[in-house]
Amino acid sequence: MGKLARDVAVIGVGQTRFGEHWNLTFRELGIEAGFRAMEDAGISSSRIEALYTGTMSSGLFLNQEHVSAMIAEVVGLTENQIPATRIEAAGASGGLAFHQAILDVASGLHDIVVVGGAEKMSDVVSNVATEFVASGADQAWEGLFGATMPSLFALMARKHMHDHGTTKEHLAHVAVKNHVHGAKNPLAQFQREITMDMAVNAAMVADPLGMYDCAPSSDGSASLVLCDMKTAKELSDNPIRVAGTGQGSDSLSLANREEITSMRSTVAASRRAYEMAGVGPGDIKVAEVHDSYTISEIIAIEDLGFFKKGDGGFATERGETALNSTITVNPSGGLKARGHPLGATGIAQINELVIQLRGDAGDRQVKDANIGLAHNIGGTGGTAVVNILEVV
Amino acid sequence: MAVARHWRNQDQRYNLAGTHCKVCGGHFFPKTSMCPTCHRRSMGKLERFQFSGNGTISSYTIIHDGMPQYSSQVPYVIAYIDLEEGDHIIGQIVDCEPSEVEIGKGVEMVFRKLSEEGRSGTIQYGFKFRLTM
Ligand SMILES: [Zn+2]
Repeated sequence: MGKLARDVAVIGVGQTRFGEHWNLTFRELGIEAGFRAMEDAGISSSRIEALYTGTMSSGLFLNQEHVSAMIAEVVGLTENQIPATRIEAAGASGGLAFHQAILDVASGLHDIVVVGGAEKMSDVVSNVATEFVASGADQAWEGLFGATMPSLFALMARKHMHDHGTTKEHLAHVAVKNHVHGAKNPLAQFQREITMDMAVNAAMVADPLGMYDCAPSSDGSASLVLCDMKTAKELSDNPIRVAGTGQGSDSLSLANREEITSMRSTVAASRRAYEMAGVGPGDIKVAEVHDSYTISEIIAIEDLGFFKKGDGGFATERGETALNSTITVNPSGGLKARGHPLGATGIAQINELVIQLRGDAGDRQVKDANIGLAHNIGGTGGTAVVNILEVV
Repeated sequence: MAVARHWRNQDQRYNLAGTHCKVCGGHFFPKTSMCPTCHRRSMGKLERFQFSGNGTISSYTIIHDGMPQYSSQVPYVIAYIDLEEGDHIIGQIVDCEPSEVEIGKGVEMVFRKLSEEGRSGTIQYGFKFRLTM
Protein backbone atom coordinates (compact mmCIF):
# COMPACT_ATOMS: atom_id res chain seq x y z
CA MET A 1 0.00 0.00 0.00
CA GLY A 2 1.06 3.57 -0.60
CA LYS A 3 3.47 2.65 -3.41
CA LEU A 4 3.32 2.85 -7.20
CA ALA A 5 3.74 -0.49 -9.00
CA ARG A 6 6.44 1.03 -11.23
CA ASP A 7 8.36 4.28 -11.56
CA VAL A 8 6.79 7.08 -13.61
CA ALA A 9 8.40 10.24 -15.05
CA VAL A 10 7.53 13.45 -16.92
CA ILE A 11 9.49 13.85 -20.18
CA GLY A 12 7.81 16.82 -21.84
CA VAL A 13 5.91 19.98 -20.87
CA GLY A 14 4.04 22.68 -22.78
CA GLN A 15 1.87 25.67 -21.91
CA THR A 16 0.11 28.56 -23.61
CA ARG A 17 0.54 31.95 -22.06
CA PHE A 18 -2.29 32.42 -19.55
CA GLY A 19 -4.54 35.47 -19.91
CA GLU A 20 -7.41 36.76 -22.01
CA HIS A 21 -7.12 35.05 -25.38
CA TRP A 22 -10.01 36.70 -27.26
CA ASN A 23 -8.80 35.26 -30.58
CA LEU A 24 -8.27 31.64 -29.47
CA THR A 25 -10.87 28.91 -28.98
CA PHE A 26 -10.77 26.18 -26.33
CA ARG A 27 -9.68 23.79 -29.12
CA GLU A 28 -6.81 26.03 -30.20
CA LEU A 29 -5.57 26.51 -26.63
CA GLY A 30 -5.56 22.72 -26.16
CA ILE A 31 -3.69 22.11 -29.41
CA GLU A 32 -0.99 24.68 -28.64
CA ALA A 33 -0.12 23.28 -25.21
CA GLY A 34 -0.39 19.67 -26.37
CA PHE A 35 1.92 20.10 -29.34
CA ARG A 36 4.46 22.02 -27.27
CA ALA A 37 4.56 19.17 -24.74
CA MET A 38 5.03 16.52 -27.45
CA GLU A 39 7.70 18.63 -29.13
CA ASP A 40 9.48 19.08 -25.79
CA ALA A 41 9.36 15.30 -25.27
CA GLY A 42 10.59 14.74 -28.81
CA ILE A 43 7.85 12.29 -29.70
CA SER A 44 5.17 12.14 -32.38
CA SER A 45 1.49 11.86 -31.53
CA SER A 46 1.43 8.26 -32.83
CA ARG A 47 3.33 7.22 -29.67
CA ILE A 48 0.58 8.48 -27.34
CA GLU A 49 -1.45 5.64 -25.83
CA ALA A 50 -3.97 7.55 -23.67
CA LEU A 51 -5.11 11.10 -22.95
CA TYR A 52 -6.30 12.70 -19.71
CA THR A 53 -7.80 16.20 -19.62
CA GLY A 54 -8.57 18.30 -16.55
CA THR A 55 -11.37 20.82 -17.15
CA MET A 56 -13.66 22.28 -14.52
CA SER A 57 -16.57 23.75 -16.35
CA SER A 58 -16.59 23.76 -20.14
CA GLY A 59 -20.31 23.03 -19.80
CA LEU A 60 -21.07 26.31 -18.06
CA PHE A 61 -18.44 28.48 -19.75
CA LEU A 62 -18.84 27.12 -23.31
CA ASN A 63 -21.98 24.97 -23.23
CA GLN A 64 -19.73 22.10 -24.30
CA GLU A 65 -19.19 18.88 -22.37
CA HIS A 66 -17.35 15.78 -23.52
CA VAL A 67 -14.19 17.77 -24.18
CA SER A 68 -12.02 14.64 -23.81
CA ALA A 69 -13.11 13.51 -27.28
CA MET A 70 -12.77 17.04 -28.60
CA ILE A 71 -9.17 17.35 -27.44
CA ALA A 72 -8.30 13.86 -28.71
CA GLU A 73 -9.70 14.88 -32.08
CA VAL A 74 -7.91 18.20 -32.41
CA VAL A 75 -4.50 16.86 -31.41
CA GLY A 76 -4.91 14.05 -33.93
CA LEU A 77 -5.24 11.19 -31.46
CA THR A 78 -8.54 9.72 -32.68
CA GLU A 79 -6.79 7.81 -35.49
CA ASN A 80 -5.88 5.05 -33.04
CA GLN A 81 -9.04 5.48 -30.96
CA ILE A 82 -6.94 5.90 -27.80
CA PRO A 83 -8.73 6.16 -24.45
CA ALA A 84 -9.53 9.85 -23.76
CA THR A 85 -10.79 10.78 -20.29
CA ARG A 86 -11.91 14.05 -18.72
CA ILE A 87 -11.37 14.58 -15.00
CA GLU A 88 -13.32 17.17 -12.99
CA ALA A 89 -12.70 18.35 -9.43
CA ALA A 90 -13.28 22.12 -9.76
CA GLY A 91 -9.92 23.96 -9.49
CA ALA A 92 -8.15 20.66 -8.78
CA SER A 93 -9.16 19.13 -12.13
CA GLY A 94 -5.64 19.42 -13.57
CA GLY A 95 -3.79 18.04 -10.56
CA LEU A 96 -6.26 15.20 -10.32
CA ALA A 97 -5.92 14.40 -14.06
CA PHE A 98 -2.16 14.14 -13.45
CA HIS A 99 -2.75 11.90 -10.41
CA GLN A 100 -5.03 9.60 -12.45
CA ALA A 101 -2.54 9.44 -15.32
CA ILE A 102 0.21 8.43 -12.85
CA LEU A 103 -1.97 5.57 -11.60
CA ASP A 104 -2.63 4.50 -15.22
CA VAL A 105 1.05 4.37 -16.22
CA ALA A 106 2.19 2.90 -12.90
CA SER A 107 -0.37 0.10 -13.32
CA GLY A 108 1.28 -0.92 -16.58
CA LEU A 109 -1.82 -0.33 -18.69
CA HIS A 110 -0.10 2.32 -20.80
CA ASP A 111 3.54 3.40 -21.24
CA ILE A 112 3.16 6.90 -22.70
CA VAL A 113 0.23 9.22 -21.96
CA VAL A 114 -0.51 12.90 -22.43
CA VAL A 115 -2.13 14.89 -19.61
CA GLY A 116 -3.66 18.25 -20.37
CA GLY A 117 -5.61 20.92 -18.56
CA ALA A 118 -7.60 23.70 -20.19
CA GLU A 119 -10.20 26.35 -19.44
CA LYS A 120 -11.73 29.16 -21.47
CA MET A 121 -13.28 31.70 -19.07
CA SER A 122 -13.27 34.99 -20.97
CA ASP A 123 -16.36 34.28 -23.06
CA VAL A 124 -18.66 35.21 -20.15
CA VAL A 125 -18.91 38.51 -18.26
CA SER A 126 -17.31 38.71 -14.83
CA ASN A 127 -20.34 38.29 -12.53
CA VAL A 128 -21.42 35.26 -14.54
CA ALA A 129 -17.91 33.85 -14.11
CA THR A 130 -18.33 34.53 -10.37
CA GLU A 131 -21.47 32.37 -10.39
CA PHE A 132 -19.82 29.58 -12.40
CA VAL A 133 -16.73 29.49 -10.16
CA ALA A 134 -19.08 29.26 -7.14
CA SER A 135 -20.39 25.95 -8.52
CA GLY A 136 -17.17 24.45 -7.11
CA ALA A 137 -18.61 25.17 -3.64
CA ASP A 138 -21.98 24.02 -2.25
CA GLN A 139 -24.68 25.60 -4.42
CA ALA A 140 -27.64 24.53 -2.23
CA TRP A 141 -26.25 25.70 1.13
CA GLU A 142 -23.67 28.37 0.22
CA GLY A 143 -24.27 29.77 -3.28
CA LEU A 144 -28.05 30.10 -2.94
CA PHE A 145 -27.54 32.24 0.19
CA GLY A 146 -25.25 34.61 -1.71
CA ALA A 147 -21.84 33.15 -0.87
CA THR A 148 -19.32 33.59 -3.68
CA MET A 149 -16.05 31.64 -3.83
CA PRO A 150 -13.99 34.66 -2.66
CA SER A 151 -16.43 35.19 0.23
CA LEU A 152 -15.84 31.63 1.50
CA PHE A 153 -12.09 32.25 1.49
CA ALA A 154 -12.76 35.60 3.18
CA LEU A 155 -14.47 33.67 6.02
CA MET A 156 -11.29 31.59 6.36
CA ALA A 157 -9.13 34.72 6.22
CA ARG A 158 -11.05 36.62 8.91
CA LYS A 159 -10.97 33.55 11.19
CA HIS A 160 -7.24 33.04 10.56
CA MET A 161 -6.65 36.71 11.44
CA HIS A 162 -8.75 36.39 14.59
CA ASP A 163 -7.17 33.14 15.80
CA HIS A 164 -3.53 33.61 14.69
CA GLY A 165 -2.91 37.35 14.36
CA THR A 166 -2.55 37.22 10.58
CA THR A 167 -2.91 40.71 9.07
CA LYS A 168 -4.14 42.33 5.88
CA GLU A 169 -0.47 43.19 5.22
CA HIS A 170 0.49 39.50 5.45
CA LEU A 171 -2.06 38.76 2.73
CA ALA A 172 -0.62 41.58 0.63
CA HIS A 173 2.91 40.17 1.00
CA VAL A 174 1.72 36.96 -0.69
CA ALA A 175 0.39 38.90 -3.69
CA VAL A 176 3.45 41.18 -3.95
CA LYS A 177 5.84 38.21 -3.78
CA ASN A 178 3.93 36.22 -6.40
CA HIS A 179 3.88 39.23 -8.75
CA VAL A 180 7.69 39.54 -8.33
CA HIS A 181 7.96 35.91 -9.43
CA GLY A 182 5.39 36.29 -12.22
CA ALA A 183 7.37 39.18 -13.67
CA LYS A 184 10.12 36.63 -14.42
CA ASN A 185 7.76 34.14 -16.14
CA PRO A 186 7.18 34.77 -19.88
CA LEU A 187 4.00 32.63 -19.82
CA ALA A 188 2.41 34.43 -16.85
CA GLN A 189 -0.76 36.51 -17.24
CA PHE A 190 0.67 39.38 -15.16
CA GLN A 191 4.36 40.02 -15.76
CA ARG A 192 4.64 43.12 -13.63
CA GLU A 193 5.31 43.85 -9.99
CA ILE A 194 2.80 45.49 -7.67
CA THR A 195 3.38 47.55 -4.53
CA MET A 196 2.24 46.84 -0.97
CA ASP A 197 0.13 49.99 -1.18
CA MET A 198 -1.69 48.74 -4.31
CA ALA A 199 -2.36 45.35 -2.68
CA VAL A 200 -3.50 46.66 0.72
CA ASN A 201 -5.71 49.44 -0.64
CA ALA A 202 -7.27 47.68 -3.62
CA ALA A 203 -11.05 47.63 -4.05
CA MET A 204 -12.72 45.08 -1.79
CA VAL A 205 -14.16 41.91 -3.30
CA ALA A 206 -15.17 40.15 -0.07
CA ASP A 207 -13.76 41.93 2.97
CA PRO A 208 -10.94 41.34 4.04
CA LEU A 209 -10.03 40.12 0.54
CA GLY A 210 -9.45 42.82 -2.08
CA MET A 211 -8.82 42.60 -5.79
CA TYR A 212 -5.14 41.73 -5.36
CA ASP A 213 -5.99 38.92 -2.95
CA CYS A 214 -7.78 37.04 -5.74
CA ALA A 215 -6.37 35.10 -8.68
CA PRO A 216 -7.76 36.33 -12.00
CA SER A 217 -10.08 34.63 -14.47
CA SER A 218 -7.99 33.31 -17.34
CA ASP A 219 -7.94 31.40 -20.57
CA GLY A 220 -5.17 28.90 -20.99
CA SER A 221 -3.96 25.39 -21.38
CA ALA A 222 -1.04 23.32 -20.11
CA SER A 223 0.02 19.84 -21.10
CA LEU A 224 2.68 17.23 -20.32
CA VAL A 225 3.92 13.83 -21.42
CA LEU A 226 4.14 11.13 -18.78
CA CYS A 227 5.67 7.66 -19.17
CA ASP A 228 7.16 4.73 -17.29
CA MET A 229 10.78 5.22 -16.21
CA LYS A 230 12.23 2.64 -18.61
CA THR A 231 10.66 4.39 -21.61
CA ALA A 232 11.53 7.78 -20.10
CA LYS A 233 15.24 6.92 -20.03
CA GLU A 234 15.14 5.79 -23.66
CA LEU A 235 13.45 8.99 -24.79
CA SER A 236 14.89 11.65 -22.49
CA ASP A 237 18.20 12.84 -21.01
CA ASN A 238 16.48 14.53 -18.09
CA PRO A 239 13.31 12.74 -17.02
CA ILE A 240 11.71 14.08 -13.85
CA ARG A 241 10.49 11.30 -11.56
CA VAL A 242 7.17 11.25 -9.73
CA ALA A 243 8.35 10.55 -6.18
CA GLY A 244 4.95 10.74 -4.50
CA THR A 245 1.32 11.46 -5.24
CA GLY A 246 -1.61 11.87 -2.85
CA GLN A 247 -5.25 12.91 -2.93
CA GLY A 248 -7.63 13.89 -0.13
CA SER A 249 -11.25 14.94 0.25
CA ASP A 250 -13.40 16.93 2.70
CA SER A 251 -16.99 18.17 2.86
CA LEU A 252 -18.14 20.27 -0.09
CA SER A 253 -19.56 22.90 2.25
CA LEU A 254 -17.43 24.91 4.69
CA ALA A 255 -20.27 24.75 7.21
CA ASN A 256 -19.83 20.99 7.52
CA ARG A 257 -16.25 21.37 8.81
CA GLU A 258 -15.19 21.92 12.40
CA GLU A 259 -12.11 23.89 11.33
CA ILE A 260 -11.95 26.55 8.61
CA THR A 261 -8.38 27.81 9.06
CA SER A 262 -6.89 24.52 7.90
CA MET A 263 -7.83 22.09 5.13
CA ARG A 264 -7.94 18.44 6.16
CA SER A 265 -7.87 17.41 2.49
CA THR A 266 -4.49 19.13 2.04
CA VAL A 267 -3.08 17.63 5.24
CA ALA A 268 -4.17 14.11 4.16
CA ALA A 269 -3.04 14.44 0.53
CA SER A 270 0.39 15.73 1.58
CA ARG A 271 0.82 13.02 4.21
CA ARG A 272 0.14 10.37 1.54
CA ALA A 273 2.51 12.01 -0.96
CA TYR A 274 5.30 12.51 1.63
CA GLU A 275 5.02 8.88 2.75
CA MET A 276 5.18 7.56 -0.80
CA ALA A 277 8.18 9.78 -1.57
CA GLY A 278 9.91 9.01 1.72
CA VAL A 279 10.53 12.72 2.35
CA GLY A 280 9.19 15.43 4.65
CA PRO A 281 8.34 19.13 4.29
CA GLY A 282 11.92 20.08 5.21
CA ASP A 283 13.25 18.32 2.11
CA ILE A 284 11.19 20.44 -0.32
CA LYS A 285 13.17 23.22 -2.03
CA VAL A 286 10.46 24.54 -4.32
CA ALA A 287 6.67 24.39 -4.09
CA GLU A 288 3.82 25.40 -6.36
CA VAL A 289 0.84 25.87 -4.06
CA HIS A 290 -2.80 26.74 -4.79
CA ASP A 291 -3.00 30.49 -4.12
CA SER A 292 -6.45 31.03 -5.62
CA TYR A 293 -6.62 33.67 -2.85
CA THR A 294 -3.73 35.02 -0.78
CA ILE A 295 -5.16 33.34 2.33
CA SER A 296 -5.12 30.01 0.46
CA GLU A 297 -1.32 30.22 0.16
CA ILE A 298 -0.94 31.03 3.86
CA ILE A 299 -3.15 28.10 4.87
CA ALA A 300 -1.41 25.80 2.35
CA ILE A 301 2.14 26.45 3.55
CA GLU A 302 0.96 25.64 7.09
CA ASP A 303 -1.03 22.51 6.13
CA LEU A 304 1.85 21.22 3.97
CA GLY A 305 4.12 21.48 7.03
CA PHE A 306 6.48 24.18 5.73
CA PHE A 307 5.55 26.46 8.64
CA LYS A 308 3.72 25.85 11.88
CA LYS A 309 0.02 26.64 12.24
CA GLY A 310 -0.52 30.37 12.46
CA ASP A 311 2.97 31.28 11.23
CA GLY A 312 2.20 31.28 7.48
CA GLY A 313 1.50 35.02 7.26
CA PHE A 314 4.41 35.98 9.48
CA ALA A 315 6.79 33.68 7.51
CA THR A 316 5.66 35.32 4.26
CA GLU A 317 6.28 38.77 5.76
CA ARG A 318 9.78 37.64 6.81
CA GLY A 319 10.45 36.76 3.17
CA GLU A 320 10.86 33.04 3.83
CA THR A 321 8.76 32.02 0.82
CA ALA A 322 10.46 34.32 -1.73
CA LEU A 323 12.72 33.09 -4.51
CA ASN A 324 15.78 31.34 -3.06
CA SER A 325 14.89 31.90 0.59
CA THR A 326 13.91 29.17 3.10
CA ILE A 327 11.52 27.53 0.61
CA THR A 328 10.59 29.07 -2.71
CA VAL A 329 6.80 29.14 -2.95
CA ASN A 330 5.20 29.76 -6.35
CA PRO A 331 8.26 30.74 -8.45
CA SER A 332 5.94 30.73 -11.51
CA GLY A 333 3.94 33.60 -10.01
CA GLY A 334 1.32 31.20 -8.69
CA LEU A 335 -2.34 31.39 -9.57
CA LYS A 336 -2.23 35.09 -8.61
CA ALA A 337 0.25 36.21 -11.29
CA ARG A 338 0.61 33.27 -13.69
CA GLY A 339 -3.18 33.23 -13.99
CA HIS A 340 -5.82 30.66 -13.08
CA PRO A 341 -7.55 28.94 -15.99
CA LEU A 342 -9.18 26.49 -13.53
CA GLY A 343 -8.49 23.08 -15.14
CA ALA A 344 -5.12 24.14 -16.56
CA THR A 345 -3.70 25.29 -13.22
CA GLY A 346 -2.78 21.86 -11.80
CA ILE A 347 -0.83 20.95 -14.94
CA ALA A 348 0.90 24.34 -15.09
CA GLN A 349 2.10 23.73 -11.51
CA ILE A 350 3.65 20.37 -12.49
CA ASN A 351 5.21 21.96 -15.57
CA GLU A 352 6.84 24.68 -13.44
CA LEU A 353 8.35 22.04 -11.16
CA VAL A 354 9.70 20.13 -14.18
CA ILE A 355 11.29 23.31 -15.58
CA GLN A 356 12.76 24.13 -12.14
CA LEU A 357 14.11 20.60 -11.58
CA ARG A 358 15.70 20.57 -15.05
CA GLY A 359 17.42 23.86 -14.17
CA ASP A 360 15.77 25.64 -17.10
CA ALA A 361 13.88 28.36 -15.20
CA GLY A 362 16.21 31.25 -16.08
CA ASP A 363 15.72 34.36 -13.92
CA ARG A 364 13.35 32.56 -11.58
CA GLN A 365 15.54 29.46 -11.12
CA VAL A 366 15.56 28.01 -7.61
CA LYS A 367 19.18 27.15 -6.78
CA ASP A 368 19.95 23.44 -6.35
CA ALA A 369 16.31 22.50 -6.90
CA ASN A 370 16.25 18.70 -6.72
CA ILE A 371 12.83 18.01 -5.21
CA GLY A 372 9.59 19.94 -5.58
CA LEU A 373 5.97 19.77 -4.48
CA ALA A 374 2.74 20.82 -6.22
CA HIS A 375 -0.50 21.44 -4.30
CA ASN A 376 -3.83 21.85 -6.10
CA ILE A 377 -7.26 22.24 -4.49
CA GLY A 378 -10.84 22.26 -5.74
CA GLY A 379 -13.45 24.67 -4.36
CA THR A 380 -12.78 25.48 -0.72
CA GLY A 381 -10.74 22.29 -0.31
CA GLY A 382 -13.31 19.56 -0.95
CA THR A 383 -10.52 18.03 -3.04
CA ALA A 384 -6.76 18.39 -2.60
CA VAL A 385 -4.03 16.79 -4.68
CA VAL A 386 -0.33 16.85 -3.78
CA ASN A 387 2.41 15.64 -6.12
CA ILE A 388 6.14 15.43 -5.37
CA LEU A 389 8.66 15.37 -8.21
CA GLU A 390 12.42 14.81 -8.12
CA VAL A 391 15.48 14.82 -10.33
CA VAL A 392 16.52 11.31 -11.34
CA MET B 1 -32.35 25.46 -11.46
CA ALA B 2 -35.51 23.34 -11.47
CA VAL B 3 -38.29 24.41 -9.10
CA ALA B 4 -38.49 20.93 -7.53
CA ARG B 5 -34.87 21.22 -6.40
CA HIS B 6 -35.84 24.22 -4.26
CA TRP B 7 -39.17 22.80 -3.08
CA ARG B 8 -37.41 19.66 -1.80
CA ASN B 9 -35.27 21.77 0.58
CA GLN B 10 -38.08 24.01 1.84
CA ASP B 11 -38.44 22.50 5.32
CA GLN B 12 -34.74 23.09 5.89
CA ARG B 13 -34.64 26.56 4.34
CA TYR B 14 -37.90 27.83 5.89
CA ASN B 15 -37.83 26.12 9.30
CA LEU B 16 -34.14 25.42 9.86
CA ALA B 17 -35.01 21.73 10.05
CA GLY B 18 -32.05 19.40 10.42
CA THR B 19 -31.39 15.97 11.86
CA HIS B 20 -31.00 14.66 15.41
CA CYS B 21 -29.06 11.41 15.91
CA LYS B 22 -30.57 9.41 18.78
CA VAL B 23 -27.40 7.31 19.07
CA CYS B 24 -24.84 10.06 19.79
CA GLY B 25 -27.19 12.99 20.43
CA GLY B 26 -25.65 15.10 17.66
CA HIS B 27 -27.58 17.76 15.72
CA PHE B 28 -26.84 18.29 12.04
CA PHE B 29 -27.69 20.91 9.45
CA PRO B 30 -28.63 20.41 6.64
CA LYS B 31 -30.58 17.15 7.01
CA THR B 32 -28.57 13.99 6.67
CA SER B 33 -29.60 10.41 6.03
CA MET B 34 -26.59 9.08 7.93
CA CYS B 35 -24.91 10.44 11.08
CA PRO B 36 -21.34 11.50 10.20
CA THR B 37 -20.15 10.11 13.56
CA CYS B 38 -22.21 6.93 13.96
CA HIS B 39 -22.45 5.92 10.29
CA ARG B 40 -24.42 2.65 9.91
CA ARG B 41 -25.36 2.53 13.59
CA SER B 42 -27.52 5.61 13.00
CA MET B 43 -29.76 3.85 10.46
CA GLY B 44 -33.36 4.19 11.68
CA LYS B 45 -32.21 6.30 14.64
CA LEU B 46 -32.40 9.72 12.98
CA GLU B 47 -35.26 12.18 13.48
CA ARG B 48 -36.24 15.62 12.20
CA PHE B 49 -34.91 18.35 14.45
CA GLN B 50 -35.82 22.01 14.36
CA PHE B 51 -32.92 24.26 15.30
CA SER B 52 -33.75 27.29 17.48
CA GLY B 53 -31.99 29.59 15.02
CA ASN B 54 -29.80 31.00 17.78
CA GLY B 55 -26.07 31.03 17.27
CA THR B 56 -22.78 32.92 17.43
CA ILE B 57 -20.76 34.52 14.64
CA SER B 58 -17.54 32.57 14.17
CA SER B 59 -16.42 34.48 11.08
CA TYR B 60 -17.92 36.89 8.55
CA THR B 61 -17.25 38.76 5.34
CA ILE B 62 -18.72 41.82 3.64
CA ILE B 63 -19.34 40.98 -0.02
CA HIS B 64 -18.85 43.82 -2.51
CA ASP B 65 -18.73 41.68 -5.66
CA GLY B 66 -21.76 39.42 -5.33
CA MET B 67 -23.58 36.62 -7.08
CA PRO B 68 -25.65 37.94 -10.05
CA GLN B 69 -29.00 37.36 -8.29
CA TYR B 70 -27.72 39.33 -5.26
CA SER B 71 -26.04 42.16 -7.15
CA SER B 72 -28.71 44.70 -6.10
CA GLN B 73 -27.96 43.95 -2.42
CA VAL B 74 -24.21 44.69 -2.26
CA PRO B 75 -22.54 45.24 0.10
CA TYR B 76 -24.05 42.32 2.04
CA VAL B 77 -22.72 40.26 4.93
CA ILE B 78 -22.24 36.49 4.98
CA ALA B 79 -21.31 34.77 8.24
CA TYR B 80 -20.10 31.38 9.39
CA ILE B 81 -22.32 30.75 12.40
CA ASP B 82 -21.91 28.26 15.25
CA LEU B 83 -25.47 27.06 15.98
CA GLU B 84 -26.47 26.81 19.64
CA GLU B 85 -27.32 23.08 19.41
CA GLY B 86 -24.14 22.22 17.50
CA ASP B 87 -23.02 22.24 13.82
CA HIS B 88 -22.49 25.35 11.71
CA ILE B 89 -24.36 27.23 9.02
CA ILE B 90 -23.58 29.87 6.43
CA GLY B 91 -26.10 32.66 6.14
CA GLN B 92 -26.59 36.38 5.62
CA ILE B 93 -26.62 38.89 8.48
CA VAL B 94 -29.29 41.54 7.92
CA ASP B 95 -31.00 44.50 9.67
CA CYS B 96 -27.72 46.17 10.69
CA GLU B 97 -24.77 48.08 9.30
CA PRO B 98 -21.97 45.77 8.13
CA SER B 99 -19.66 47.60 10.56
CA GLU B 100 -21.74 46.33 13.52
CA VAL B 101 -20.94 42.69 12.71
CA GLU B 102 -18.20 41.13 14.86
CA ILE B 103 -16.88 37.68 15.66
CA GLY B 104 -18.49 36.44 18.90
CA LYS B 105 -21.77 38.36 18.55
CA GLY B 106 -25.05 36.46 18.99
CA VAL B 107 -27.55 36.03 16.14
CA GLU B 108 -31.09 34.72 15.64
CA MET B 109 -32.77 33.39 12.52
CA VAL B 110 -35.24 35.47 10.51
CA PHE B 111 -37.32 34.36 7.51
CA ARG B 112 -36.77 36.49 4.41
CA LYS B 113 -36.76 36.67 0.66
CA LEU B 114 -33.32 35.40 -0.32
CA SER B 115 -32.68 36.72 -3.77
CA GLU B 116 -34.15 38.26 -6.88
CA GLU B 117 -35.11 36.06 -9.75
CA GLY B 118 -32.00 34.13 -10.77
CA ARG B 119 -31.45 31.71 -13.61
CA SER B 120 -34.12 29.44 -12.12
CA GLY B 121 -36.76 32.04 -12.91
CA THR B 122 -38.18 31.89 -9.38
CA ILE B 123 -37.79 34.05 -6.27
CA GLN B 124 -36.31 32.12 -3.35
CA TYR B 125 -37.18 32.46 0.34
CA GLY B 126 -35.31 31.11 3.36
CA PHE B 127 -33.32 31.87 6.50
CA LYS B 128 -31.16 34.88 7.20
CA PHE B 129 -29.89 36.05 10.59
CA ARG B 130 -29.87 39.27 12.60
CA LEU B 131 -27.81 40.38 15.59
CA THR B 132 -29.45 39.78 18.98
CA MET B 133 -27.65 42.59 20.84
ZN1 LIG C 1 -24.66 9.87 15.75
